[in-house]
Amino acid sequence: MKIDRRSFLSFAIGGAAGTALTPLPWKLTDDLAIWSQNWPWTPVPAKGETTYVKSTCTLCPGGCGISVRRVDDRVVKIEGIESHPVNQGGVCTLGAAGTQLLYGPNRVQTPKKKVNGKWRNISWDAALAEIAAKLADLRSNGQSHSLACICDSDRGTVPELLNRLLTVYGSTNFIRTPSIQDNYELTLYLTQGVRAMPGFDIQDSDFVLGFGSGLIEGWESPVFMLRGKSALKEKGGRMDQIEPRLSKTAAKSDKWIAVKPGAEGALALGLANVIINEGLFNQDFVDNYSAGLAEYKKIVLDGFSPGVVSKMTGLEVPVIATIARDFAKARKPLAICGRGAGTSPGSLQDFLAVHALNALVGSINRAGGIVAVPEPDYINWPDVEMDAAASRGMQQPRIDGAGSGKYKSTRYLLNRLPEVVNSAQESPVQVLFVAGANPLYSMADTEAVAKAFEKIPLVVSFSSYMDETSTNADFILPNHVFLERYEDVPFARGFPKPLIGLVQPVVEPLFNTRHTGDVIIQLAQKLGGTVGEAFAWDSYDTCLEETLADKWDTLLEDGYWVDSGFSETAQPRNFETDSSKFEFSNSDINALPVYHSVRVPGDDSFYPLLLVPYDTMRLASSYIGSPPFLVKSLEDTILKGNEVLVEVNPATAKKLGLADQNDATLTTPRGSAKVKIYFFDGIMPGVIAIPRGLGHTAYDKFLAGKGVNYNALSEPLEDAATGLDAAWGVRAKLTKA
Amino acid sequence: MSTEDKVNEISTEAQDPESLTPPTNPQQTAPGKGAGGPITLFFILGLVASLVLGWVIFPQLLYSKKEQPVQFNHVKHNKLVDDGCESCHFFREDGTYSGVPKLAQCIDCHEEVWGVENEEEAKFVNQYVLKEREVPWLVYSRQPDCVFFSHVAHVKMGQMDCVTCHGDVGESESLKPYEANRISGYSRDIWGKNIAGIKFNSWDRMKMDDCSGCHVRENVNQGSVQTQRGGCFVCHK
Repeated sequence: MKIDRRSFLSFAIGGAAGTALTPLPWKLTDDLAIWSQNWPWTPVPAKGETTYVKSTCTLCPGGCGISVRRVDDRVVKIEGIESHPVNQGGVCTLGAAGTQLLYGPNRVQTPKKKVNGKWRNISWDAALAEIAAKLADLRSNGQSHSLACICDSDRGTVPELLNRLLTVYGSTNFIRTPSIQDNYELTLYLTQGVRAMPGFDIQDSDFVLGFGSGLIEGWESPVFMLRGKSALKEKGGRMDQIEPRLSKTAAKSDKWIAVKPGAEGALALGLANVIINEGLFNQDFVDNYSAGLAEYKKIVLDGFSPGVVSKMTGLEVPVIATIARDFAKARKPLAICGRGAGTSPGSLQDFLAVHALNALVGSINRAGGIVAVPEPDYINWPDVEMDAAASRGMQQPRIDGAGSGKYKSTRYLLNRLPEVVNSAQESPVQVLFVAGANPLYSMADTEAVAKAFEKIPLVVSFSSYMDETSTNADFILPNHVFLERYEDVPFARGFPKPLIGLVQPVVEPLFNTRHTGDVIIQLAQKLGGTVGEAFAWDSYDTCLEETLADKWDTLLEDGYWVDSGFSETAQPRNFETDSSKFEFSNSDINALPVYHSVRVPGDDSFYPLLLVPYDTMRLASSYIGSPPFLVKSLEDTILKGNEVLVEVNPATAKKLGLADQNDATLTTPRGSAKVKIYFFDGIMPGVIAIPRGLGHTAYDKFLAGKGVNYNALSEPLEDAATGLDAAWGVRAKLTKA
Repeated sequence: MSTEDKVNEISTEAQDPESLTPPTNPQQTAPGKGAGGPITLFFILGLVASLVLGWVIFPQLLYSKKEQPVQFNHVKHNKLVDDGCESCHFFREDGTYSGVPKLAQCIDCHEEVWGVENEEEAKFVNQYVLKEREVPWLVYSRQPDCVFFSHVAHVKMGQMDCVTCHGDVGESESLKPYEANRISGYSRDIWGKNIAGIKFNSWDRMKMDDCSGCHVRENVNQGSVQTQRGGCFVCHK
C-alpha cells in the first residue's frame, strides 16, 4: 500500500467529516464564547450577604449621614441616609469615592519612625514609649508649653481628648486648622456675645445673597447647601452671587454680580448705606433687638455712599441701589459670606459687614435666616487635677499669639505658627501633634511651612495616609480610617440645629492602625501622674459610649442625634451681649481697624495679574487628598494630562500674547509653575484662577504630580483685626513657556 | 508557465503508460484509478480517529477534575435538620439567596470534632473551623458572571423545587469530583455531563436554551419587567 498525497488528503477529509459529527467544534465555539464574555482577568465583585451600616462621613466638616453597603465584610458603596436631616439621602462625589480611601494604596499600614531620613516600621509599644519619654523629658525641664497640637476641629471627643492631654500636661497650644468658621464664630461672638457656629436656613429663605460663597461648590456642609439651594429655587426663591469669576454657583444664580476681587465687604457696606438711607431696614428688629446702630450708621453713611462703593467695586451706582432694594424688600433675605468652599478664613471686616446686612433686615435667629447654633453639651468629663508643671505651662501665652494682645478674641492662629517658628533661634514648639490636618499642603506658602516643620524636633502625624505632612513627620501613628472606627461628629457646618453624628466601624481595621483616641489615652497613661489620672478610660470606645450616655442608643440606631427641641424661630432674640441685644457696634468692634479692602500680597508693577483660587466639588481641598474617582471626573478645562489650566480672560491673554491652550509659566512672589492657558470669558480681565486641591507632592500616583498647589504659590496676609490669614489671592504674572 | 507548456504537460500525463493500460482487475475499477482502496481506508481511518477524538478524548482533555476540599454527606445532614434544603441553603431577609453555607453556619454544630472516626469532619474542624478559614467549596452550579439569576423568583414566586434544577443533590452521600472546563473555567454541570448536550432530566444541563425553554413552556416572563420587551439584557446584566 502506497501512502501518498492522496491518502493524506483523504485522511484529512475523513477527519474533517468525522469531526463535524462530534460535539467538538460546537462545544469549543461555545466555550470560547463564554471565555471571551467572562475574561478571567476582569474583576468580578464577590457575591455575599448585603448589609448596611449607618455612619457619618468625616471627609469634610459637612456631617453627612452615610449608609454604607457591604457585601459580606467588604465595603462596596457609600450612600446617603434618606432620613438624615443634613444630606437627606444625598452624598457628594468625595463621599461616594470614600471606599477608595479605605482600600486605596496610599494608607500607612503600620506605625513608622523616621531614622536618618528613611521610614522604618516600628511597633506601637516602642513608638508610644519613645514619644512618652520625650514628653516626660520636656515636662520635667519645665518646657511643657512647647507641646503643640494641630487638629481639624475643636469639637467632639477626639479633639477634646487631645485638648485635655495638652491642658493636664501643661500646654495652651491646641490649634484648630483655619477656615471661615474662625471669622463666623468671631462675628457671632462680637455681635451676639455667643460662642456658636452659624447655621443657615437656605431652604426657607427667599433671597440668598452670596458674597463669593460657593453655595453649590462645597461651602459649609456641601450636600445640605445643595439641597437648600434646590429647595429655595423650587419655591421660587432668588439667589444672587457676588464674585469676580463665573463660578458654578454664579452660573446657577439668578444674577451674577462681578465685583473687583476683595471689594465684597465694601459692597456689603454700600448696600447697608442704601438700606439705611432709604429706610428699608426691618424696623422691629432694629428698634427692639439691636444696639449700637448709631456708630455703625455713621461709618456706613460717611464712608460707603454708593458713589464711593461704585469706585471700589466697579459696579454702577444704580446696580448697587437695585441689589440693596431687592434684598431689603425680600420677605426672608439672607446674606452669606466666605469665599468658595470656605477653606481660607478671609477678613473679619467682610463677615461683620455681611452679618450686619442680615441684622438690618432682621434675618437673625429666624426661619430663612442665620442662626447661632450652640455646641451640643454632652462632654462632661471630671475636671483634671493640675500639678505644678501643668499650672506653670498653662500660664504661658500661646505660641501662635491667639487670645491675647492684638488678637484677644481670636482663638487659634495656625497661619502665624510658621513665622513664629522660623524667626526664633530655637523652635518654641518642641513636639507637634498633627491630627486630621495636612498643613504642609493646605497652608499658604507651603515652603515656609515645611521649613518650620523641619525646625520642630519631633513631629507626630496621626494621619492614615502618606500625605505631605506625614512625609515630613518624624513619627506616623496611623489612625483607622472613618470606615473602621467609632467617633462622634457634633456638628454639620452651616446646619441650623445642634446635631451629633456617629461614625461607626463598617469593617474591621485592615492594617496595624490604631484609633487616635486610644493612642492619646495610652500616651497619657504612659506619662502617668496627674496626666495619666485624667485619662481613666480603658479604651476610646468606652470613653465615647460613657460620654454620649443616653444618646448612645439613638446614635447607634439612627446614626445621628438632633436637638429637635431647638428651633430658630423659638430662639429668643435677647442676645448674650452686655446690652442683651444684637450689637452693630460696641467697644470691641469699634476697637477693630477701620474697614479697608484687603490688598493681596505682591508688587503690582512686576506682577500685573491677580491669581485667585477656586473650589470645585470634584476635588477635595481640605486635608483629605482626592481619591482617583474624583481626579478621573475632572473636565479638561481644569486638568489636562498632568497640567493644570489657568483661567484667563481672552482680553487679558491677548495683551500678554497668549493663545488658548498655550503652555505658560505662572509666577508669583512665592514661586512659579508650568500651566496651560484656558480662555474663559467668565473671569474678570486682569484676574486669573486655578483650582484648589491639585499639585500634591505626596500621596499616590493617582494624585501626586497632577497640576499645581495654589498654596505653594500663595502667601498669607495677616488680618490686622484677627491675625487670621485674610489673603484671597496673590499677585502673579503669566509668561509664554 | 505558458499555456502551450501546460498543454504539453497534460498531454504527457495523458500518455502515462499505466493510465493507458486497460482495466483488467475488477478491484481497480473502483474510483481512484487503482489507489481507491487505500484512499477509502484513509478516509475511514480519519473519520474514526476524529470520532474517537471528538467523542472520547476531547471530553477528557476539556475538563480538569478536582476533589472538593472536604467531603460532605447531604443525606446525613438532611436527617438532622427540620427545614430541608432551606435549613442551610436559605434565603436572607432581603430575598437574596445565601448559596453555599458559610463557616458561621457550620460552627453551630462543628465547633469541635464530635463524629467518631470521621476523618473528613476532623479535617474540616482542624483546617477550617479552628483556623477561621472559609472552605473554598467548588460550586457545581455556578453560572458565568454575565448570567443574571434570582433564586427567590423561581423558588418563592415560581414555587419550583430545588430538584428541578439541581437534581437529587440532597440524596447524595458524598460529593462528586468537580470538573472544570479548561477553556471557560466553569463547571461541567452547566453544559451537562453528556458531551453531546443531550439531557434526560431537567437538571442535566443549565444553558441559556434550558432557561428559555422552560420560560416559553411555562409561559412566564420572557421580557423585561419594566418594559415588557425582550432583549439580551433581560438576563445578561
